[in-house]
Amino acid sequence: MASARTLFEKVWSDHVVVEETADTPAILYIDLHLIHEVTTPQAFNVLHEKGLRVRRPDLTLATMDHSTPTTPVTSFKDMAVVVGENAANQVRRMQENCDAFGLELLGFDSDQRGIVHVIGPEQGATQPGKTIVCGDSHTSTHGAFGALAFGIGTTEVGHVLASQCLLQRKARTLVLSIDGDLPNGVSSKDLILAIIGQIGVDGGTGHVIEFRGGTISAMDMDSRMTICNMSIEAGARAGMIAPDDHTFEYLAGRPRAPQGADWDRAVARWRTLKSDDDAVFDKSVTISADEMQPMVTFGTNPGMVIGVNDPVPDDDGDPSFRKALDYMQISAGKPLTNTGVDVVFVGSCTNSRLSDLQQAADVVEGHKVADGVRMLVVPGSQQIKKDAEAIGLDRVFTAAGAEWRESGCSMCLGMNGDTVNSGQLSVSTSNRNFEGRQGIGARTILASPMTAAASAIAGRVADPRPFISKGK
Amino acid sequence: MNPVTRIQSRTVVLPTTDIDTDQLIPARFLTTTSREGLGQYLFHDLRFDASGNADPDFALNKPEADGCGILVAGNNLGCGSSREHAPWALLDYGFQAVVSTEIADIFRNNSLKNGLLPIVVDADTLQYLLQNPGISLDIDVAQATLALPDGKTIEFPIDGFARHCLTEGLDQLGYLLQHETRISAFEASRPWKP
Repeated sequence: MASARTLFEKVWSDHVVVEETADTPAILYIDLHLIHEVTTPQAFNVLHEKGLRVRRPDLTLATMDHSTPTTPVTSFKDMAVVVGENAANQVRRMQENCDAFGLELLGFDSDQRGIVHVIGPEQGATQPGKTIVCGDSHTSTHGAFGALAFGIGTTEVGHVLASQCLLQRKARTLVLSIDGDLPNGVSSKDLILAIIGQIGVDGGTGHVIEFRGGTISAMDMDSRMTICNMSIEAGARAGMIAPDDHTFEYLAGRPRAPQGADWDRAVARWRTLKSDDDAVFDKSVTISADEMQPMVTFGTNPGMVIGVNDPVPDDDGDPSFRKALDYMQISAGKPLTNTGVDVVFVGSCTNSRLSDLQQAADVVEGHKVADGVRMLVVPGSQQIKKDAEAIGLDRVFTAAGAEWRESGCSMCLGMNGDTVNSGQLSVSTSNRNFEGRQGIGARTILASPMTAAASAIAGRVADPRPFISKGK
Repeated sequence: MNPVTRIQSRTVVLPTTDIDTDQLIPARFLTTTSREGLGQYLFHDLRFDASGNADPDFALNKPEADGCGILVAGNNLGCGSSREHAPWALLDYGFQAVVSTEIADIFRNNSLKNGLLPIVVDADTLQYLLQNPGISLDIDVAQATLALPDGKTIEFPIDGFARHCLTEGLDQLGYLLQHETRISAFEASRPWKP
């Protein structure tokens, strides 16, 4: 049936200002533009030079997260000492640009500040059916709500600021159907790592992925955000999940969500946002969650991933593969479980939400971080920090010897001075194990919050399941 | 943006697959508020050791890489972050085109917006280019062709609009702003408001 459409096609066609032709891309309207300090200054410079205004300040939401310190500081002067002069200058420039263009900034002194992909949903600004963009590849996170959300470059940030639109070619579609129950000790992080391992770091290039199936339906919103967050690590343009009652329950009552009669109308509209039964996708992949294990990466991209007890595969003569193992100082043929750990990072837009911190705390509780291991726990937002402290998670971490920090991107990419030293091995709940991502010469193993926490206690890469089955 | 119509230059080759934007320019150099002068940070941690000494074995550091304007790389070039600093750094360093069998979506898009030509070729062509570093290529943007030294000509895919903007040196923001009336009409006609 020609009229059957995918979720992506429904949201896409709802935002087309000018249809695409063979000669010209579509003009696509953007409902929410999230901005942060790193990828906007050059875009604001263009607006200044051309004498342009921000077309829709009301659809623009600003925060600062990448260059901000995760230790408590109260002034820009103090900040420069912690994060360096350039990073502090970038934060100050964000404040100046938001003032100059009349933009709302959840700034350094705001208790709503946090990682841009954490606060959008938390504030209820992220909603089903919206188009959402940000100068950050992990904008795919917001697709967990049935939004079409994707990362853009700084030139395009300027386009959206000035016109509230983007020039876009329609992406192809890939459906990933996942059924089965994730076993105890296995999280959505393990699932998305396994998916990337299966389809490859370029398996989604040119496509918008729709995740669906019983495993996804059973997941809470935090877990769904982790899945969509790492769609970009499979090369996808975006990841999407059809909204359902989990989505509506999460959003109900949040400050920027519709209220009262508007809420009822919105939910009625949101319920139509799912792929039609006979909708056709360009590609289709099926995955079972039943046999899933905790996953860990062993190389320098997220597709180089194995079950925590599986041996590291051989390079098979692939020089890039061998180069990755050399960089990681890891040999093929053995599992990673005896590999010593120097740093454990729990945080990032992938895994810094309250349930992520709770899962890590459940493993840590009653244990000590192993001698010589530094464990850093960085909540995704100031609100999550407050919520976690209200239920005592901060005390679980600090009693174990971990550091409990202010919110931000922190050690995911080390822009703010939170870095892993050269040669050190880090087990990280973030999204990229690229060479040098967490610091010059840093060796990163990506894992779930449970696996990261278990590794901090064991002092080596560890399967979290023995820690969980002890009646916690 | 200056028009890009023809690129005649030699290649420098990095056979590694999945070269990500963190390798192209590490995150600690993104604290800048300018797009100028980023070439010095291109492939910084591969070009230099911890003490700042150049690695003589890295392809870009070899004398024969001087003046090469075309970077040939293994499959899936530019994956990872959306940082436009990656094409800014490549352009500032002197590159005019990048060639691979696959180029990640956001990086490709960012490159086109800045006049850095992303060229996707088939596996056989890439193999040939990887095995013959330093050869001269002649790229005709309007024809979307790449000529090898032996005279063989290869077509590459490029979006017609992007090609038009490249060859004319057009700013896409200007094109968008010409549609102001349509954008306002769209906003007024929507059954729901974001």
